[in-house]
Amino acid sequence: MFDSFDALILARFQFAFTVSFHFIFPALTIGLASYLAVLEGLWLWTGRSVYLDLFHYWVKIFAINFAMGVVSGIVLSYQFGTNWSVFSDLAGPVVGPLMAYEVLTAFFLEAGFLGIMLFGLTRVGKGLHFTATLAVALGTLLSSFWILAANSWMQTPAGHVMNEVGQFVPQDWWQIIFTASFPYRLVHTVLGSYLTTALVVGAVGAWHLLRNRNNEGSRVMFAMAMGMLIVTAPIQIFVGDQHGLNTLEHQPVKIMAMEGHFESHPDGAPLYLFGLPDQEAGTMRYALAIPNLGSLILKHSLTAPMDGLDTVSREDWPPVAIVFWSFRIMVGLGMLMLTLGAVALLARMRGKLYDWPLLHRFAIVMGPAGFVAVIAGWVTTEVGRQPYTIYGLLRTADSVSPLDAPAVAASLIAFIVVYFAVFSVGVWYILRLMAHAPAPHESGLENDTTPIRTAGTTPVAAIAPDRTLGAEHRGE
Amino acid sequence: MDLPVLWAFILAFAVFAYVVLDGFDLGIGILFPLLRRGQQRDQAMNSVAPVWDGNETWLVLGGGGLMAAFPLAYAIIMPALYAPIIAMLLALVFRGVAFEFRWRDKAHEWFWDLSFAGGSLLATFAQGVTLGALLQGISVEGRAYAGGWWDWLSPFSLLTGASLVVGYALLGSTWLIMKTEGALQARAFRYARLAGIITIVCVAAVSLATPFLEEAYYERWFAWPHVLFTAQVPLLVVVAAAAYFFSLHRRYERLPFLLSLGLFALSMLGLGISIFPDIVPGAVTIEKAAAPDESLIFMLVGAVVLIPIVLSYTAYSYWVFRGKVGEEGYH
Repeated sequence: MFDSFDALILARFQFAFTVSFHFIFPALTIGLASYLAVLEGLWLWTGRSVYLDLFHYWVKIFAINFAMGVVSGIVLSYQFGTNWSVFSDLAGPVVGPLMAYEVLTAFFLEAGFLGIMLFGLTRVGKGLHFTATLAVALGTLLSSFWILAANSWMQTPAGHVMNEVGQFVPQDWWQIIFTASFPYRLVHTVLGSYLTTALVVGAVGAWHLLRNRNNEGSRVMFAMAMGMLIVTAPIQIFVGDQHGLNTLEHQPVKIMAMEGHFESHPDGAPLYLFGLPDQEAGTMRYALAIPNLGSLILKHSLTAPMDGLDTVSREDWPPVAIVFWSFRIMVGLGMLMLTLGAVALLARMRGKLYDWPLLHRFAIVMGPAGFVAVIAGWVTTEVGRQPYTIYGLLRTADSVSPLDAPAVAASLIAFIVVYFAVFSVGVWYILRLMAHAPAPHESGLENDTTPIRTAGTTPVAAIAPDRTLGAEHRGE
Repeated sequence: MDLPVLWAFILAFAVFAYVVLDGFDLGIGILFPLLRRGQQRDQAMNSVAPVWDGNETWLVLGGGGLMAAFPLAYAIIMPALYAPIIAMLLALVFRGVAFEFRWRDKAHEWFWDLSFAGGSLLATFAQGVTLGALLQGISVEGRAYAGGWWDWLSPFSLLTGASLVVGYALLGSTWLIMKTEGALQARAFRYARLAGIITIVCVAAVSLATPFLEEAYYERWFAWPHVLFTAQVPLLVVVAAAAYFFSLHRRYERLPFLLSLGLFALSMLGLGISIFPDIVPGAVTIEKAAAPDESLIFMLVGAVVLIPIVLSYTAYSYWVFRGKVGEEGYH
């Protein structure tokens, strides 16, 4: 009933699902950790209480997001083995140590100081608490460093030799870590996280400015987010372009798929704005193209020749339609982010940053754009690497575990059900926290006195614990 | 000592750190339904809220470290134990998010309590099953798992699953003795006594069954003169168990936790005696599964420098949140 092909597709889909779902949370965690460090630093430096209020406001959201990132991340450290055991056996000697360094330098640092960051301000004092916040932020960045080093090695492998059983044996760790695509990927991804966070913070600020343009917390967070956007979005577009040129040099087939270039263009390649790639026929249907612009962007010359997928054996083609469209979604959203930043800059110069409802509505709509762009970019680079797990060296079909399709199918369904159920609820709780406006003397996690707090942990309970308990839980 | 064996010891340390650290907070999840709603449950959860994430990181180190240091073992064990591993991961999702979600939704607190308790119970049981399935042997051909996807299920693996549930409940209850006072502590003393008795029975059952699973295990335990050394392990278990019940009787607050850690350490030593020098019992040795020296040396530098640093700031975090949880909350 099931053959091995099905098990492969299911294993790939399961991994793509869990990895993509997981990626959503760190995309915000990385940026938010840095933002929280900036807020606390500004509070310590200026003494303005609005920064502490904003710290408390965002740290509650951070805590929920972080927990979802942790539990969805643990899954991944085991799924390499459950789904990709042959890959793990062969590439483990190279990829494994990079991930071990991620755990040792990053995960422990984040986890070790998270408790103090969330709950420890009154216990350890300001200076040490700020140190803890910085440690958590540093941990998120170190984590990006190592996991993207591993990913970049799979994209542009270097620094290894093969042994007699076909394992990749490390030769030069410097080359393995700093592969050709790594610096571009690292900067592009971290900036993507910062943009994602700026858009989320900006949308929340805008939402509350629409209701009350005089709320100091809303004003400060909106101004900070828009400032971040106008600085970061142009840099990100530049870095993305450089990343693309790097990919053209090292993974030309991926670029052919991103551009939808089935055919070679000896006199200059077009830039497709729209089109439906037909993988079977090897052609672009309903194409809307600007002639020669593709060559101009990628080769900086209108007439530079560019090879198409017709120069590549079909068994080495990635799924063109997915890569073509995910790339366009990412770039399109990037342009919209730049537009939002530019409009906000204009508003600032005219002194209308806090009272221009149209700008605020635009910012709200763009709130989730960062997540979509990050996932689209991730899909572009990962699907563009197909049909290989290690580019040019190990095929995806040869990486998979010897699993039965029913086992993978059953667990895939379980993952989909659990992830959508649990994480939707988490997102709902985050949205509910975002729905209330930042207030002066915003409560932190240590002394949260919102109505959702349990009676058992309020100071009232300290005075007369039995009475409080008895009143609330007489039934037991 | 050569590099692969050294790495086997480092990973064994990571697994032990995971088992005792996440053991007590999973144990609190297992005991959760027995605690009164409201203050008792809040206190129990708050006693681990600042540290659970760090505790669970040792599990990631165990998985990532196994892939890095013994990729062949990782590649064989994960598909072989597919079902219990996936069950554990999904259960950990439910239990991990409950730490945050529970405080955000008073109306559905009951659901997240259930999620915390059920997730802890299932994750623990799956870990125990994993251990049992590993001990009873995995069918290997070439460099891959060659069995079916129900092979892990056996009376022995169910026994180890149940044993670990009781064992973690022991760690959880003794942790609560140390961290709480009053009515909750009195409860914890009762649970600790019961969990202690059942744990000892389970340790005995697993210990008696193990040497008869594989001839090699029997040899490692009973061959002369090994037995002079190995016989000390059950003797020490008896001594530790006696000291444990005495400490409960005298109402010591820290000693029961430390002695239950000792019982876990001895059980781990027993497992090591059974398995060594294999890493996939009966199929693959530590030497054969090991990654090339280039990988092991690169990581050893990191481990030697970083693990002590990790341990010191972890200890600092525990110190910051030392003492009884009392009535103050973290949410």
